[in-house]
Amino acid sequence: MTNKNSHFVAPIEETPLLATDTLKTDQAPLSLWADAWRKLRRRPLFIISALLILALVVVALFPGLFSSVAPNEGCELANSEGGPTAGHPFGFTFQGCDIYSRVIHGTQASLSVGVLAVLCVLIVGVTFGALAGFYGGWLDIVLARLGDIFFALPLILGALVITQLPVFRQNKSVWTVVLVIAVLAWPQMARITRGAVIEVRNADFVTAARALGVSKFSALVRHVLPNALAPVIVLATLELGVFIVAEATLSFLGIGLPEGIMSWGHDIAAAQSSIRTKPEILLYPAAALSITVLSFIMLGDAVRDALDPKSRQR
Amino acid sequence: MKEKAMTTPEIRIDEADTTGVRPLLEIRDLAITFKTGSGEVQAVRNAHLTILPGETVAIVGESGSGKSTTALAAIGLLPTNGKVSAGQILLDGEDIAHASERRMIELRGNTIGMVPQDPMSNLNPVWKIGYQVRETLRANGKPSGPADVAKVLSEAGLPDAHRRANQYPHEFSGGMRQRALIAIGLSCQPRLLIADEPTSALDVTVQRQILDHLETMTSELGTSVLLITHDLGLAAERADKVVVMYRGQVVEAGPSLELLQDPQHPYTKRLVESAPSLASRRIQAAKEQGVEAADLLAPATEVQANDHILQIQDLRKVYKLRQGLGKSTDFAAVDGVSFNVKRGTTTAIVGESGSGKSTVAKMVLQLEKPTDGKILFDGVDTSLLRSADLFKFRRRVQPIFQDPYGSLDPMYNIYRTIEEPLRVHKIGNTASREKKVRELLDQVALPQSTMQRYPNELSGGQRQRIAIARALALDPEVIICDEAVSALDVLVQAQVLNLLADLQSNLGLTYLFITHDLAVVRQIADHVCVMEQGQLVETGSTDDVFDSPQQDYTKALLNAIPGARLMLPPEVA
Repeated sequence: MTNKNSHFVAPIEETPLLATDTLKTDQAPLSLWADAWRKLRRRPLFIISALLILALVVVALFPGLFSSVAPNEGCELANSEGGPTAGHPFGFTFQGCDIYSRVIHGTQASLSVGVLAVLCVLIVGVTFGALAGFYGGWLDIVLARLGDIFFALPLILGALVITQLPVFRQNKSVWTVVLVIAVLAWPQMARITRGAVIEVRNADFVTAARALGVSKFSALVRHVLPNALAPVIVLATLELGVFIVAEATLSFLGIGLPEGIMSWGHDIAAAQSSIRTKPEILLYPAAALSITVLSFIMLGDAVRDALDPKSRQR
Repeated sequence: MKEKAMTTPEIRIDEADTTGVRPLLEIRDLAITFKTGSGEVQAVRNAHLTILPGETVAIVGESGSGKSTTALAAIGLLPTNGKVSAGQILLDGEDIAHASERRMIELRGNTIGMVPQDPMSNLNPVWKIGYQVRETLRANGKPSGPADVAKVLSEAGLPDAHRRANQYPHEFSGGMRQRALIAIGLSCQPRLLIADEPTSALDVTVQRQILDHLETMTSELGTSVLLITHDLGLAAERADKVVVMYRGQVVEAGPSLELLQDPQHPYTKRLVESAPSLASRRIQAAKEQGVEAADLLAPATEVQANDHILQIQDLRKVYKLRQGLGKSTDFAAVDGVSFNVKRGTTTAIVGESGSGKSTVAKMVLQLEKPTDGKILFDGVDTSLLRSADLFKFRRRVQPIFQDPYGSLDPMYNIYRTIEEPLRVHKIGNTASREKKVRELLDQVALPQSTMQRYPNELSGGQRQRIAIARALALDPEVIICDEAVSALDVLVQAQVLNLLADLQSNLGLTYLFITHDLAVVRQIADHVCVMEQGQLVETGSTDDVFDSPQQDYTKALLNAIPGARLMLPPEVA
């Protein structure tokens, strides 16, 4: 060393040398889903929405636990637009039925339409989107144009037309509503899936799997799809809320669920006549609808944050 | 821990005292902390460096060593969750560690300029190049007419600057973009230029040109340069002083040549030993470990001189480039390439980006169909393989890819990743597969407990070792490494190269090594094929090509290896 002043060496005890590239073993192994779950668990947004949804599911499955009065039982016109009384905390509708009981019993229809429609959309949209994105070429072109056709139909307008088909008019049920929503809403899911699949399809791990002798289709199912699922799940949670609104809208317009099935949409429609005299009648089913949709959208937001690849460690 | 960092004032050095010149930038006892989800993390502590006017200082370190963070602190551009928690950053005597944002904006551009790392993402794709230069000039109150913009660009070495200023970034090549960024960085003639890995994304020959030009420009303007790089060779060649950082601390600092020739700190020693641009001999240690390794090699080359496991004959690959409706032009990515690979040896294909080297690898792997020509594997024409034979072929030829972050499925844990080839080829039962996975992990020197972990928990080098284990699972004969070590830090790179050499001598593997890095070639390859624009320009044994290159292109490539011009300890010469 020619110039002691200009050549600095840190004391070794202060900068201990570690072995090159050692494995960190201080933490438990973490899969993508475990990691997402760990992040979710600590988010208030997720806790609130999950609790709300849990409550909604319980109400939907066992409405009898919450209301001893059947929705259309004991409707007396004498009680028309009556205020809250003992045993009837929300008061009575124009027809003199118990609002509390109707709101409770309406949960089931809303949730089941939402869940079933999302499942249908997932099956159709993910299949089409994955095939189009992975194989490309003419299959992609055909499926993309097909999707565009449905995409161009506004939900309400499309539903108005479809529900006027004789088959639908004669068999009004939860399933017809589910079918109408699914037919009109699958393209969005297909688009999201297609995009996610295209993003993953050229990843090195897919090429590596192909070089191992994995067939094209197994590569899609085993490697591409699981990695493309995060945005699909986020969209599914968000759409659940949207579909519940769609069902209420269709029922409100009288083209959704048949009259026999309790639905918040029906109740909102029926409450129109009382809106000047007793706005609360409208308020309760509308509030139930809003809370439900809000909790699913909040859940979707929380899940999106948790699955965001940018927030992954390293 | 924090107190410890604070109580060591005596180790600070004051170069200013010895030279009598006031330093332009002086960083003293700098500590930077980041707020993360899991509390505060100290990224840099106890860092210090001094830059005199007109001097070039390089910070060298591996990724995560805090070198970029230190530089960002100097220009006041730390991410919002990071802050300077201790120490001073003195610019011309003024402490700017806690300067107001307004003061920093004043300083940026005309006092401190910056050339960022990635030329591909650091120009805004929706604005013309000229506009982006003008923006900088205007922000600093300089004249910003078209003539001024063109002048700035042409000074940075962009020919035809008037026309170029009206082009968009996507019309520029990587090297030209980097020149544009240098033009922006130097447009206001700053007194200090921070260059953060300015050329690590570029080909070596382009890298060389850019750095030469940067050197001329800064010495003409008398600009001080703070160069950040992971390449010790490059740092030593370009900088007057080198500062080595390791895990957030400065471990050694001094004049570059002195530091290279006489490294004091064990980390610096380790770096100097494994820098590929400096260590320039084949990894012999591994090869000579066992006596049988030498035996294995010698007869293989002499007795069975014609045992070519891969024969590539007149290989051609033509892509159709679409040009509007129905029209297309042919582009020959690979054009008439022929070479042979001897069993048990390593052949490297070297070339810059766009030379077609990766396309050759893909065709050998049967992932792309050649337009013309033949690939013989063990004497059999691979284009005639039916799907059942192809499946068998896959067992014998395995790839390792470049990007350690992309080549492992993030959804699979390590056990499933390594077990997949065995499962696909229906080898053994669950118990025997698990045993094999454990053996493979031993072979790549990772603990068996790695099995339950997921790729995101591993470092780049560890992932690459997992990729090697997966490739070895089927006991292949040929492994095709497509830039397999290019994304790794030098120390880790050396480790992986040693592992590959060990495996070759133990298992008799044949490697086809695709790389742009000649320094790596010298360490690992027996034979070299140099490719340029789809054609093979030179082939030969590694020693021949390195000692007496025949083609101008090869010479240019060799010359461009950073640090190649440095005179180092005698065993090299």
